[in-house]
Amino acid sequence: MKILKYFFGVLILSLFIACSSSDPDPIDPNEDYVPTPKPLAVPPIFKRLLPPPNIPADNPQTVEGVALGRKLFFDPILSGDGTQACASCHQPSNSFSDTNRFSVGIDGLEGTRNSMPIYNMAWSTTDKFFWDGRANSIEEQALGPVENPVEMHNTWENAVASLQSHAAYPEMFNKAFGTSNITKELTAKAIAQFERTLISANSPFDKYLLGEGSLTPQELNGFQIFMDESRGDCFHCHGNDNSPLWTDNAFHNNGLDAIITDKGLGEVTGDPNHDGLFKSPSLRNLAFTAPYMHDGRFATLDEVINHYSEGLVYSRTIDPLMKAVSRGGVHLTESDKADLKAFLLSLSDSSFINNPDFQDPN
Amino acid sequence: MKKIAFLFALAFAIIGCNNDDDVAVDAAVTFEFTQNWDGDPVTASNFNGASSYTNALGTTLTISKLRYLISGIELHKADGSTIKFDDYQLIDVTDVNSLKLNPTLRVPTGEYTGISFIYGFNEADNVSGAYPDLNAASWNWPDMLGGGYHFMQMEGKYEDANGALQSYAYHHGTARVSEGVFEQNYLSFDFERNVTISGDTSIEIKMDVSEWYKNPYTWDLNVYDTDLMMNYAAQKYMHDNGASVFSIGAISQ
Repeated sequence: MKILKYFFGVLILSLFIACSSSDPDPIDPNEDYVPTPKPLAVPPIFKRLLPPPNIPADNPQTVEGVALGRKLFFDPILSGDGTQACASCHQPSNSFSDTNRFSVGIDGLEGTRNSMPIYNMAWSTTDKFFWDGRANSIEEQALGPVENPVEMHNTWENAVASLQSHAAYPEMFNKAFGTSNITKELTAKAIAQFERTLISANSPFDKYLLGEGSLTPQELNGFQIFMDESRGDCFHCHGNDNSPLWTDNAFHNNGLDAIITDKGLGEVTGDPNHDGLFKSPSLRNLAFTAPYMHDGRFATLDEVINHYSEGLVYSRTIDPLMKAVSRGGVHLTESDKADLKAFLLSLSDSSFINNPDFQDPN
Repeated sequence: MKKIAFLFALAFAIIGCNNDDDVAVDAAVTFEFTQNWDGDPVTASNFNGASSYTNALGTTLTISKLRYLISGIELHKADGSTIKFDDYQLIDVTDVNSLKLNPTLRVPTGEYTGISFIYGFNEADNVSGAYPDLNAASWNWPDMLGGGYHFMQMEGKYEDANGALQSYAYHHGTARVSEGVFEQNYLSFDFERNVTISGDTSIEIKMDVSEWYKNPYTWDLNVYDTDLMMNYAAQKYMHDNGASVFSIGAISQ
């Protein structure tokens, strides 16, 4: 019996070799091409406290893919009239958001949501993207704005044709994916690879956690308020010192409106119990991402803190974590508000917005 | 043709292996976590007002979130030995994948007399920041309250004495006695149950949600609804009521 097993072992091994070396797929001559792997550089604080980054098996990070994605991200070629790139509304200096309440598309039309900042996407634990969770992957998210009539207002057919006839892109796709036959799926994959490299984990609070820096007494007191269930109680939705994403990546109704006009997650799921729920944004880089909320209604952090402190209003789907709603909130003291704000700003990472690898290469 | 030959050879090799001297002596065990309200199943479809419940005091409430942690599961054999699983499970009623735990550890077939587990983490395991998946799930318990992790988050709304809807956040974890002084608050369960495991087995661990409000402390949401994490009395009432919450349900093979 052992001899029989050995025989089959050799047979299987030889067949594996035969299958891999003598059965090339005639459709794609570059099947064997492998771009240069470029695993994400996981920051120490993430390595210590978080699961590994979530990279889809069919879109590994590569040098060529990231370079292509970066070029595409900053290139207005994807828009209907060649005037607007991803980066138009997702600017590095604003932590890949912009300063408008609603971003303006190529036709001068405003959207209805605030441009979301982009960072630490590979740690988005729920795999739900956009404020309302309508995309199930970064790749799927990246497909949306090109055809959105109030954003880039193009067709993918047209965008792909523009890329295909460009002097540099066919060869860049060939290097990234082993084919110069450009598709919208490959375009989205490249953009997603670049977006996954946008990692922010070098704020003063990160350095404090790593023992590499200190915080002011005001910032430290602000953190205590953040973690105090009877005062800030921010940590249930926005992470904590052991959960350094500073978001739960989940969806909540945070008591903004008595009457829900933008259904958010409810529009996507069709479940009225999801009406008015939006994805918790991370609190990193707030210094660069004003205005705030899904509709950018608050111009300053002070307005945000005032909302949670005394501006909450009841609606049917309001999250139970929004407390003392009948009084508008827990009414923090002015001193507590100031300290909380100081702490929140200690989560901002200027090295992220200035990272040369994240700037326009074109 | 080569591929067909390969598959044939592979299938033959596998059959050959199975017919060899490998006799099945162990089995896979799956733990299934179910929830009920006094016997009526509670699932995500009952959440957010789809179903209302009346607690022991007579308060009407709804549920919008129910997450809890089970760790330290052990199976006890008739010969006195114990099979210990390293796994822990964060059950989230809205995430069907979390309702089943499939440990990689397989167990010997044979006679078993019981099952034990811990609700929450015991002192040794309840270490702040030690579990990346629980960190990413924002499951941490603040260090100012003793650190480690939540044991349970149950949230929803209830009708107050005036018929108005109020929020509750029944969150359980380490109890803070006073500043810097903490008291462990997990619960150990040890159930006797004679069962012969002869093959892959599924064991149901049931939570009766109504028990959190019932026994021995008749919970009054009008008194204890939110800000309970730092409330020592509330934390200990939760602990005491938790003792009758869990039971072993169906064991199927």
